[in-house]
Amino acid sequence: MRTTLSIVAISIQVTMVLTLVGLSAGMLDEQARRARGIGADIIIRPPSSSVLNFGINMSAKIIPKVIDVEPHVAAATGVLVQGTGMLDYVTGVDLPEFNKLNGGFRFVQGGPFQGPYDVLVDSYYADQHKYHVGDTVTQLNRPWRLAGIYEPGMLARQVVPLATLQDLTGNRDQITVIYVKLDDPARTGEVIDRLKGKLKEYKLFSMQEYTELYSVNSVPMLKAFTVVVIALGVLVGFLMVLLSMYTAVLERTREIGVLKALGASPGYVLNILLRETVLLAVAGSILGILLSYVTRFTINDVIHGSLIQSIVYIWWLIAAAIAIVGAMLGAIYPGLKAARQDAIEALAYE
Amino acid sequence: MSDAPIISIRDLRKTYHVGEVDVHALRGVNLDVQRGEFVSIVGPSGSGKSTLFHIIGGLTPPTAGSILLDGHDLLGLTDTQRTELRKTTVGFVFQKYNLLPTLTARDNIEIARHIAHKDGPLDPKFGDVLKLLGLTGRLDHKPRALSGGEQQRVAIARAIVNHPAILLADEPTGNLDTENSTTVLGLLRDLNQRLGQTILMITHNPEAAAYGHRTVRMRDGCIE
Repeated sequence: MRTTLSIVAISIQVTMVLTLVGLSAGMLDEQARRARGIGADIIIRPPSSSVLNFGINMSAKIIPKVIDVEPHVAAATGVLVQGTGMLDYVTGVDLPEFNKLNGGFRFVQGGPFQGPYDVLVDSYYADQHKYHVGDTVTQLNRPWRLAGIYEPGMLARQVVPLATLQDLTGNRDQITVIYVKLDDPARTGEVIDRLKGKLKEYKLFSMQEYTELYSVNSVPMLKAFTVVVIALGVLVGFLMVLLSMYTAVLERTREIGVLKALGASPGYVLNILLRETVLLAVAGSILGILLSYVTRFTINDVIHGSLIQSIVYIWWLIAAAIAIVGAMLGAIYPGLKAARQDAIEALAYE
Repeated sequence: MSDAPIISIRDLRKTYHVGEVDVHALRGVNLDVQRGEFVSIVGPSGSGKSTLFHIIGGLTPPTAGSILLDGHDLLGLTDTQRTELRKTTVGFVFQKYNLLPTLTARDNIEIARHIAHKDGPLDPKFGDVLKLLGLTGRLDHKPRALSGGEQQRVAIARAIVNHPAILLADEPTGNLDTENSTTVLGLLRDLNQRLGQTILMITHNPEAAAYGHRTVRMRDGCIE
């Protein structure tokens, strides 16, 4: 019972870490995948923006500067991103312009906007919310007609007409991101250099640079949060194993006395407890890894949200190492207590 | 039997400090035990039998006096040296068997070898000892599946598996019924006679004491 509880506690710690890391990686990978799916070569973001911060807009008037001035620009379109929840966004798109980038959305049901209050969603979002074309979708405190459902992996999960979103959110002529398509992608660096001369304070990235920014290291808040969860994990493992091993040492006082009577040194006794601790931590880590598949299934397929959890294999080792370190720290005090046990007192223990 | 005693104790004293009170558990014990001898130690509770047992077994150091055990002077030994002594020179049999409950009988015996860094296969001659102890068919059972008598026989096997110079038995029949007591005592005598195993046995029971070559009586920390 004690052993089972310890393994379960350690597994929860491992699952916590794997779920957090998996969520971070999953969400960022998904963002990067959708960005790549747009088919743009260059991204232009407002001067004070950061990777995950879509709350800062810029004037749409800079688009003509890009298209008219640069000879290799085949198309450029701006989108407005409006947050609707913690990690939920609605994106305003000028469809004819957007289609010039990569042919536009590939519809699995329905088609493009028919009116100003039409919405398009990707099939992932539609499946999660059981939406069909023609349904009414409530967003931004108003009803929208679902005009089309498209294949996921492009731009966003919910798309509305750009002009409508600009009006509804008081962002007339404002956009959040500009996507630029070149006639020759090999000239990306060259074009960026030239654009940087004209759009001095703006942030310009090649698509490759931009998608590489979608990593945990680029998001300080996520990194700090991960560290906090890991620290909590180590603490939970430490406390659980401390209690468990302390109880074990008390329960086995007499057995420890027997081992000492047989000639076991303090190191031998300590070694037995530490090996048992490693076994607990390894068993807890394996269970934790299995549980992370359960959390992935729950987050990706059961909960209706836009969260994506990935399985990050390298973190199996890191989470297991964290669990082992926490458990070993927890085993030190009970282990030393056992190792220092007086053999005669231990043998007399009832 | 050789002339040099395997245990030679002179004016052995042991004082425990209990709070602010000094308890004189041994007050000048003198005892010689010859190699191959089977000695019973009897005496009332508090007479110092167990303390003497613990000192001879290297579980606690004496306060004063001299105690030579198979050539080792126990007075000056460090904790580590006494631990080493327990691996090789003495074997213990306890009243409550003290087998490790999660291990089989075989593993309970093997762990004593493991602690003494003897990890190879069991000495074939030890198979005869196991046969003598009647354990051949019971080695793969855990203690909870063994009777009290069987558990005590496993404990005896564990105590002698490393061929200790001295077997120390503390009330080995204290938890057994008459039939099993007779069996265990008979086995101790057999081990003594067949293998020349030196045995020191603490007991309250005069009938059990009679299995030894001689009986030593203790009272108030001294040998009478």
